[in-house]
Amino acid sequence: MKRISLPAAAALATALAACGGGDNANLAQYGDNPQLPKQQHALVPSMKIANPAPWGDQRPAVPQGYVVTAIATGLGIPRQTLVLPNGDILVAEGRGGGEPRLRPKDFIAGYIKAKGTTQVKSGNRLTLLRDADGDGTYEGRTIFADKLNAPYGMALVGDQLYVANQDALVRFAYRPGQTRASGPPVTVTELPAQINHHWTKSLTASPDGRLLYVGIGSNSNITERGMPAERDRAVVWEIDAATGAHRSYATGIRNPTALATQPGTGQVWAVVNERDELGPNLVPDYLTAVRDGAFYGWPYSYWGQNVDRRAQPQNAQKVAAAVRPDYGLGSHVAALGVAFSAPAMGARFADGVFVGEHGSWNRDQPSGYKVIFVPFRNGRPAGPPVDFVTGFRGADGRTRGRPVGVTVDPRGALLVADDLSNTVWRVTPVGGPPAAEAATTVPPPRADQPKSATPY
Amino acid sequence: MATTADPPRVIHPLHAVLLAGALPLFLGGFFSDWAYTNTFEVQWNNFAAWLIAGAMVFTGLALLWSLIDLLRGTARRGWGLSCFLLLLAMFVLGLINSFVHARDAFGSQPQGLILSVIVTALAIAATWIGFSSLRVRVRP
Repeated sequence: MKRISLPAAAALATALAACGGGDNANLAQYGDNPQLPKQQHALVPSMKIANPAPWGDQRPAVPQGYVVTAIATGLGIPRQTLVLPNGDILVAEGRGGGEPRLRPKDFIAGYIKAKGTTQVKSGNRLTLLRDADGDGTYEGRTIFADKLNAPYGMALVGDQLYVANQDALVRFAYRPGQTRASGPPVTVTELPAQINHHWTKSLTASPDGRLLYVGIGSNSNITERGMPAERDRAVVWEIDAATGAHRSYATGIRNPTALATQPGTGQVWAVVNERDELGPNLVPDYLTAVRDGAFYGWPYSYWGQNVDRRAQPQNAQKVAAAVRPDYGLGSHVAALGVAFSAPAMGARFADGVFVGEHGSWNRDQPSGYKVIFVPFRNGRPAGPPVDFVTGFRGADGRTRGRPVGVTVDPRGALLVADDLSNTVWRVTPVGGPPAAEAATTVPPPRADQPKSATPY
Repeated sequence: MATTADPPRVIHPLHAVLLAGALPLFLGGFFSDWAYTNTFEVQWNNFAAWLIAGAMVFTGLALLWSLIDLLRGTARRGWGLSCFLLLLAMFVLGLINSFVHARDAFGSQPQGLILSVIVTALAIAATWIGFSSLRVRVRP
């Protein structure tokens, strides 16, 4: 099969996909009541893979009044960032997963999908970036910790830096101003890691730092690796930081790729990637407050009670119990980052969350490939999203970057990890009074740290 | 009534292997689909996908062989064309079946099972016709 019918299959796939591209109109799938069209089971799912190109002189586009700079390039696949109290930035770099190929399809799809991602070596490390003089240039760069296993989520609680590797939650002791971890990390608890179809382990901490929340994605699109592989998957774990004991905080939450704790309320929010192969406009990825004990439907249903019969045997009780998420982000946008904004980002973008969208691969008309801002009012999403960083996919059809993690620097900057061009972008208000002020009045590194600096 | 000329070879041995080889693989795909729809054990779906992929290799080569036979005029009249058309139908439906089996989990059913029944039946017919009648009827 592999040698002989691959080219034929690929040719036919292209031909069939070309004639099946009718229903690709972008539906209004934002907000609390997204349009959900009928399920489609295409013979060959559309695949439109990012066609990578270098940035050259080009830059991502940001709104008027903002400026974007690349503060670090040549990284080993940056995924998430964390701003430390002294302004230093930690970048988690790596590539996880590596599930075995199981079906003929896995050989074909794996080959095609790899064309849209970076081919550099996985960093498996945390890189520390420092802007000692506060001029916006991060001239200092050290490897804070290496030999990690696909680190992703990070949170600083007091003097403990927690890192969610793809197989374990670990912690380092952290002293303000430190540029290199003083030793290997201590394991807080193992995390589910078998197969690791969705390998990213997202992380946030409760405001008091006693509890940690880890997002653990499903082990398949829709149970095609069998239900036993889904034990402890598609869940958000609540972990006691002191003991490592855990419980399932939310379940049926297919792939919670980023978590953030809401300032003020302490509520945990997540962006979640939903299932594929039901058509270009199903199922919308979403942003939601993660409710304690809630079941979000996967695999039996989506967006409440919309049954997905591909998951068998079905479970009517679970379908009935499924809760609807708070805010649709659109289908296949692949939201991989979420961060609450801060007043220093400027009045227009002060109240809400930024969401990094890696971009679609199984949709004729690409979606995502940008960073959006979802405005909030009274602590809840209110109104349509606003594009904040775009231009990752050019008018020429080439893709220059793919946003992953987004982090707000409370001094007035948004950091965007780009895992295609292996860059960290920093977006600041032009002449940003808050940014410039903070940078000059806060001499880094600072010794008097506030107790908690979770990535709000 | 006497035959004088050498009877044309019914089927080349290698062509026979290719033609007959597709049948048990498609049949295995059908049984696996049957097992999957009855047990929801997803491994049967994986088995079916690979068995059908293997059958497609044999079908594709057998199809190519009969096409060349047809073009060179070495095929037995009638039989050669029927065999080619059956193989063509097997190839097209088998390819569709491969794509159906590429769907995740139970998304492959019930279409996968239905297609597996059809391609298995076609494989039986093609093998039957391809192998049938070593006798050569000679007009008196």
